[in-house]
Amino acid sequence: MVYLTRKAEFAASHYYHNPDFTAEENQRIFGKCNNPNGHGHNYTLEVTVKGEVDPRSGFVVDLKQLKEVLNREVLDAMDHRFLNKEVPEFSARIPTTENLAIAIWQRLVSKLNKAQLHRVRVYETPDLFVDFYGEA
Amino acid sequence: MKAHLTRRYMFSASHRLHSDAMSEAENAATYGKCNNPYGHGHNYALEVTVSGAVDESTGMVCNLVDLDGFVQREILQRFDLENLNTHPEFVRSVPTTENLCTAIYDILQRGFTLAHLDKVRIEETMMNSFEYAGGAEIGP
Repeated sequence: MVYLTRKAEFAASHYYHNPDFTAEENQRIFGKCNNPNGHGHNYTLEVTVKGEVDPRSGFVVDLKQLKEVLNREVLDAMDHRFLNKEVPEFSARIPTTENLAIAIWQRLVSKLNKAQLHRVRVYETPDLFVDFYGEA
Repeated sequence: MKAHLTRRYMFSASHRLHSDAMSEAENAATYGKCNNPYGHGHNYALEVTVSGAVDESTGMVCNLVDLDGFVQREILQRFDLENLNTHPEFVRSVPTTENLCTAIYDILQRGFTLAHLDKVRIEETMMNSFEYAGGAEIGP
């Protein structure tokens, strides 16, 4: 089994707000992230797939195909977007880094053939990242 | 849905690697330049990984304000700009980064109850790093 990681970057804005909370609760729990006008990050995405090395090609996965899936499913939808308003997963779910990693996993998992998705890692800043392995 | 969250912190400290159980020659042979009696320092990078179910109402594994507050209070204030050898954690053990990892893991494990502690990772320099998960294997 060999693991392969592809890295991509995207920039997006978001804010944290739960309509079920009072204004005070939203402010207390989410702090500055609760500003409804949003704020942004340069996100770094690392997608790790695993599989056996194909004896003919020497590849775990065709990197070109992986890149196309990443571009189509993630970057086209999220790069330079306001996540709360423009990405359907976040119309009713808060676009935290945790939920972003889960949403990206769900977008990718059925689109990859051959290689199996192992991990989605999303860096919100160089000092904060979330790993999702598809665990329930 | 279970997610794993990692936060990175920086602190600077000095230490001297020296074991009272070894002779002077053994200490010099084992620890080399790190045995210098005056000590030396590093800029440490600490990564704390916690995990748990993502809370439906907040979208979070745990609130970063709580994790940052705990690490600031219990770890960074304790070790940043300090000489590690003078701390009670290292009276009986040598302040190698291995032992620093286990000491910091124990502080988090005892005191931080808002998410499951997966592991602690420390970079002593850009060329070496150490990980500890309470004795468990580290993996996905």
